[in-house]
Amino acid sequence: MTRRSRCLLALPVAILAGFCLWQASRPAWAQSLVADLSSHLIAITTGFTGTDVVLFGAVDGDGDVAVVVQGPEGEVTVRRKDRVAGIWMNVEDVAFARVPAYYNVAVTAPLEGVVPPTVLQRHEIGLDYVRLLPEKVKLTPEKLAEFRAALIRNKQRAGLYTTEVGEVSFLGQRLFRTRIFFPANVATGTYTASVFLIRDGDVVSAQTTPLLVSKIGFSANVFEFAQRNSVFYAILGIMLAVTAGWLAGIVFRKS
Amino acid sequence: MQIYLPIAELSVNALLILMLGGGVGFLSGLFGVGGGFLMTPLLIFIGVPPAVAVGTQANQLVGASVSGVLAHWRRNNVDVKLGGIMLIGGAVGTGLGVWLFGLLQKLGHIDLVISLSYVLFLGTVSSLMLTESVRAIVKGRGAPVRSKLHHHTWLHGLPLKMRFPRSRLYISALLPAFIGFVGGVLVAIMGIGGGFLLVPAMIYILGMPTALVAGTSLFQIIFTTGLAAFLQAVGNQTVDIVLALLLLVGGVIGAQFGTRAGAKLRGEQARALLALMVLAVAVKLAVDLVIRPEDIYSITLPVIR
Repeated sequence: MTRRSRCLLALPVAILAGFCLWQASRPAWAQSLVADLSSHLIAITTGFTGTDVVLFGAVDGDGDVAVVVQGPEGEVTVRRKDRVAGIWMNVEDVAFARVPAYYNVAVTAPLEGVVPPTVLQRHEIGLDYVRLLPEKVKLTPEKLAEFRAALIRNKQRAGLYTTEVGEVSFLGQRLFRTRIFFPANVATGTYTASVFLIRDGDVVSAQTTPLLVSKIGFSANVFEFAQRNSVFYAILGIMLAVTAGWLAGIVFRKS
Repeated sequence: MQIYLPIAELSVNALLILMLGGGVGFLSGLFGVGGGFLMTPLLIFIGVPPAVAVGTQANQLVGASVSGVLAHWRRNNVDVKLGGIMLIGGAVGTGLGVWLFGLLQKLGHIDLVISLSYVLFLGTVSSLMLTESVRAIVKGRGAPVRSKLHHHTWLHGLPLKMRFPRSRLYISALLPAFIGFVGGVLVAIMGIGGGFLLVPAMIYILGMPTALVAGTSLFQIIFTTGLAAFLQAVGNQTVDIVLALLLLVGGVIGAQFGTRAGAKLRGEQARALLALMVLAVAVKLAVDLVIRPEDIYSITLPVIR
C-alpha cells in the first residue's frame, strides 16, 4: 500500500476510535456494530491494475466478525465438454441466474462448526453458501453440485472469487479491519460490503455498505461513446486504422 | 506500462501488445496475409474476450492492409479489377459471417467452430502449398519456368467470363467472387483477413501471377475487414479502439519491414515459409481439440439483466 493511502486510512480509523470512546460513554445508545470502507468508489481509469479497499469498523463486545463483499449479479452459463468422435466439445450447459460477478469473504476466526450452516446460508457467508440458483429446475443434486463447483472454480481462476477465506484482524478489543482486493478485470456496477457480528453461533448484528465500481475519465468516455454512438464509433475506428496505415506507408516510402 | 482497455474491460501491458502487433505485422507484410490467424488466438490467450478479439482484430486489419497495399501499389502489384470482383463476394460473405457468429455464440459452439475451421482450412491449404513450393524449390533453382499457364479444367467452363488484363487472365467472374465470399465469412467469424486462404486460392484456382497476389488480396481485405469492423462495432459493440490502436502502431511498422523483406524472398520460398507457419498453427489447434482440456467446464461472461 502506498504512503498516501496509509495516511488516508489512518484518518478514518482515528475518527472511528474517537467515536467509539464517545459511544462507550453512552452505553444506552450503543450500536453493536459499525463499519465503513476506506473508499466507496473504485474508479477504473486508463492505468487501472486492480486496487485494495480497506473495510474497518468497531464492535461493542465479544464475537466474531465476518465480511462478505459481493459484486453485480448477472446470468452465467456453465458448459461441460465431453469427447465426441475424438474431439472435445460442449455437450451440456446449465444457466445460473443472479450470479455475483465478484465474491470475497473474510472472517476473524473460522466459522465452520461454530456457526450452523443454516445461518451461513441465510447470510451467504463462505463460498459454499453463496446463492447460485440454476434456471433449469430439473437437475439432480449431484449434477447441480458439479456445475456449481465448476462455476466457482472458473471464477476463482479469473481471480473474481476468493480462493481462501480472508482474515479480519482485530486492533485491540473493539476495532477491526480487513483489506479487500479488486483485480483489474473487476466488473463495473454496484457492490455490497456486508459485515456480520456473530455471537454464540448466530448473527446478532449486521451492516451493509454499498460500493460502486465505475469507469472514470478516458476509458469511461470511450465505453460510453461505443455504446451510445456506435455508428460514429465504428466509423472513427476505421478512419483511425486507415490513417495509421496510410501514415506508415508515407513515412516508410523514402527510407 | 499497464493500460486499461475500455471495451475488453481488462488491463494489459501496452508494450506487449505493441510487440505482438509488430511481430505479426512483419509476417503480414512478408507474406501478404493479414496475420489475423496468429493475432486472434494470441489476443484470446492473453485474456481478451473472443468476441472483442474478433471485432478489434477486424478493425486493426484495415490499417495493416492499407499500409501493406501502399507498398504493393507503388510496385504496381495490385489488380484492382479482380480485387473489386472479389470484394462483391466478400461483402456478402462478411454479412453472413457476422450473423453466423452471433448465432454460434448463442449456441455455445463458436470456439469449436473456429478451431475446426482453422484446422480444416489451414491444414489442407498449408499442406498443399508446402508440397508444391518444396517441389518448386527442389526442381527449379535456375530460371523459374511457368510450365503450365493453361490447365483446362471445369473451372474454365463457368459462365460470366471476364478479362483481367493486369493478371493476364480470362476467367469466369464467379471464381474470384466465390473466393472473396469465403474470405468474407472467415473475416467475420474468425477475425482474420483470410489472406492465408485467399493467397493460395488466387495462385492455384485463378492462376494469378504470384507477384500480384499479395497486393490484390490485401486490397480486397481492406474492404471486407472494414465492413466486418463496422458491423461488429454497431451490432455487438465489440471493437476496442484502444486495443486496435496499440496493435496498429506495432502492426503498420512491422508490415513495412515485412514487405521490404518479402521483396528479397523468392515466391516459392515465401510460400514454403508461410505454409510451414500456417501448418504449425493448424497442428497446435488440432492437438488442443483432441487432448483433454485442463478443465472440462467453462463459464460465459455474465449477462446483466
